[in-house]
Amino acid sequence: MTLTVENLQVADLVRGVSFELGAGERVGLIGESGSGKSLTALSVLGLLPEELSATGSVRLDGRELLGASEKELSRLRGNGMAMVFQEPMTALNPAMRIGRQVTEPFRVHGRRGRPAEELLAAVGLPGVARAYPHQLSGGQRQRVVLAIALANDPALLICDEPTTALDVTVQAQILGLIRERLSAESSLLFITHDLAVVAQMCDRVLVMLDGSIVEHGSTREVLTAPKHSYTQRLLAASDLEGAR
Amino acid sequence: MTARVLRRVAVFAVSLFVASIVVFLFMAVLPGDPAQVALGVNATPELLAKTRAEFGIDRPLIEQYLSWMGGVLHGDFGRSYVTREAISPQLVDRLGVTLWLVGAGMIVALVIALPAGAFAAVRHRKASGVAVSGLSQVGVAIPAFLAGIILVQIFAVQLRWLPSGGWTPPDQDAGEFLRGLILPALSLGLVQGAVLTRYVRSAVLDTLGQDYLRTARSKGLLPGQALFRHGLRNASVPVVTVLGLQLTTLLIGAVVVERVFVLPGLGSMLLDAVAQRDLLTVQGIVLVLVAGVLLVNFVVDVLYSVLDPRLRGS
Amino acid sequence: MRRNGNLLLGGTLVALVVLAALVSFVWTPYDPVQVNAADRLLGFSAEHLFGTDKFGRDVFSQILVGARTTLYVGVVAVGIAAVIGTPLGVLAAMAPRWLGEFVMRVNDLVLAFPALLLAIMFGAVFGADTLTAMVAIGIATIPSFARIARSGSLQVMSSEYVLAARAGGRSRTRIAWSHVLPNIGGLLIVQASVSFAIAVLAEAALSFLGFGTRPPTPSWGRMLQESQELLTAHPRLALVPGVAIAVAVLGFNLLGDGLRDRLDPRLAARV
Repeated sequence: MTLTVENLQVADLVRGVSFELGAGERVGLIGESGSGKSLTALSVLGLLPEELSATGSVRLDGRELLGASEKELSRLRGNGMAMVFQEPMTALNPAMRIGRQVTEPFRVHGRRGRPAEELLAAVGLPGVARAYPHQLSGGQRQRVVLAIALANDPALLICDEPTTALDVTVQAQILGLIRERLSAESSLLFITHDLAVVAQMCDRVLVMLDGSIVEHGSTREVLTAPKHSYTQRLLAASDLEGAR
Repeated sequence: MTARVLRRVAVFAVSLFVASIVVFLFMAVLPGDPAQVALGVNATPELLAKTRAEFGIDRPLIEQYLSWMGGVLHGDFGRSYVTREAISPQLVDRLGVTLWLVGAGMIVALVIALPAGAFAAVRHRKASGVAVSGLSQVGVAIPAFLAGIILVQIFAVQLRWLPSGGWTPPDQDAGEFLRGLILPALSLGLVQGAVLTRYVRSAVLDTLGQDYLRTARSKGLLPGQALFRHGLRNASVPVVTVLGLQLTTLLIGAVVVERVFVLPGLGSMLLDAVAQRDLLTVQGIVLVLVAGVLLVNFVVDVLYSVLDPRLRGS
Repeated sequence: MRRNGNLLLGGTLVALVVLAALVSFVWTPYDPVQVNAADRLLGFSAEHLFGTDKFGRDVFSQILVGARTTLYVGVVAVGIAAVIGTPLGVLAAMAPRWLGEFVMRVNDLVLAFPALLLAIMFGAVFGADTLTAMVAIGIATIPSFARIARSGSLQVMSSEYVLAARAGGRSRTRIAWSHVLPNIGGLLIVQASVSFAIAVLAEAALSFLGFGTRPPTPSWGRMLQESQELLTAHPRLALVPGVAIAVAVLGFNLLGDGLRDRLDPRLAARV
């Protein structure tokens, strides 16, 4: 699969962003709050908030996503492409049992799929299928969200700061899960503000500042020899100095 | 959860008990002597005393209350001081009429409000949504009896499609019964529908902004599907609360609408009883109405915990 | 912009009603209670803006004076409810748990007696007139204020600022006065506006039933009731007071909505 983003524009929050993502690639999108990284991700899925619209081009395997009908996009969502959002506490329907929510991607796309127990056990949550979201912790809920995203083995998984709202110890578990459970052929677009996480999860990295990509390259290159002043500042501020 | 329900039952029972005391004491405060009222100015002292004993109002208050409530719990509301007839049979008949009216009104209100409110919420940024919302604001400002008067003018007097009042029991003539129910139900329902629309709109709007709807869409659900499968249950919680409040408003609104359409319901019975200073009847009807309100609140509360799993553990 | 629209429109409508009432104190085109058999049932005209009723009384003058009744009832009813309900609610929030629960239960009990029912009961016992109607509606509105005051107070009490004050040893009454009341003020104003609209509707209904303002004092609700028999020939007699009532209720509702929109983000930020 190939994801091609060309000159993506969202108001003045995302300014002419272009990049490409190939099969099996793990790419990080790093920047601080307000840099436009979340909006970039939401544009790919077509889930921008009502007031905003995207122009430019976003092509998945040659198929144009921007401006595509809701019907076409919904066939891809939760199927060919999936997303894990930042805030686990509000991501799940409080009135529906976990098991039902986890197996929903199968029902939506007309497959039999695997049982809820299996999906949940794979993310380290056996026995939780009958529970309700309010009975789970933030870390547990995020695992459920991950299970949902991975249910149909998506070719593209987008993670928007999935661990930012969680404790440090739980962070490591979630990141480990993503690494383990995402199949090798699937691509990962990982959004974060944390360089250390990028170092763990991604082969390539895109650095965003004020809506534009200011630097990109392999993780190795960017983290050992950053060219842009912003990247240099990010590196200096993180605890990666010395750890290569 | 059963513990919670049992607690609610207890609260309901206690509230009902306290309310009955309040109603009783209130009526007991009424100045004037029911026996005098019933017999007129020329009654002799002996006759007055005898009548008082007959009414049971010469006994201490507590005894009066206990015997009254004792009767009520057996379905006997006593005998009217004015007409000397048993209150219960008429109460039951009239209650039936009022319930039909309230039920029909509620249905009309829901049929209007659920789609209109959802529409206004989903299209809240577009002109059509704003228009519906504005219309509902105007609808709220119209008293039910005004709506009734206008409807009677148009449909009963000018067009002669429907009767302007009166009541036919459903078992007597179903067609006439329905025809007679339409305008009163509309009067109640249109206005309540406007009120309900605003609440439905607000509840759906709230739900639309929720993160879990975005998660649902990221699974591949179309916006309408996501709202229906995920939003509905959550949006219904605030709506159910309001429904409860609405039911009580409808109950009271029915009192006024019965006047406009000359319906033999509980409301007109109450108003007539007050006009005639028929204490015991007033007492009984007020108790029934208050009990109705308390009952609705109780049911709404239980429905709450059914709809929102977060409220189940106590 | 649309938010201010509510406030603007609502404010204008309310101002209209207030203006009508104020003007009626100094001047009305005719004496509203003056019966004039010769001029019965006249239509809209320059001499009688809204025509006359079946007794020959000028409708416009009745509307102006009726505005007084409407506002009078609203102010007294909402006043009673606010003055009694607010401290009750704040107390319930600040008191030990069992006391707060108890007060709320009593609150719910009062809620079981809707305004109209209470007014009819009061009317039966004390005689039906404007005063009993106002007091009854006021009492029936207390629970709404108590509820809002309590939930608002609870929110404020759990805010960081107040927790710090309590940790610092500030007395509860001082906290109530200097922190809670100013912060729930906005909520109360919104509630007042909404309750005013409800009170107007309740008074109209009561007057319609004959339980409100006694004749000959003009009242919009009673004007509606009197218009019923002549409706076919003179719909104007129902339309005019009907529109007046609708304008007042709409005005207060929009005002409440507009105020809520203005105050909400501020409240959320402060609390």
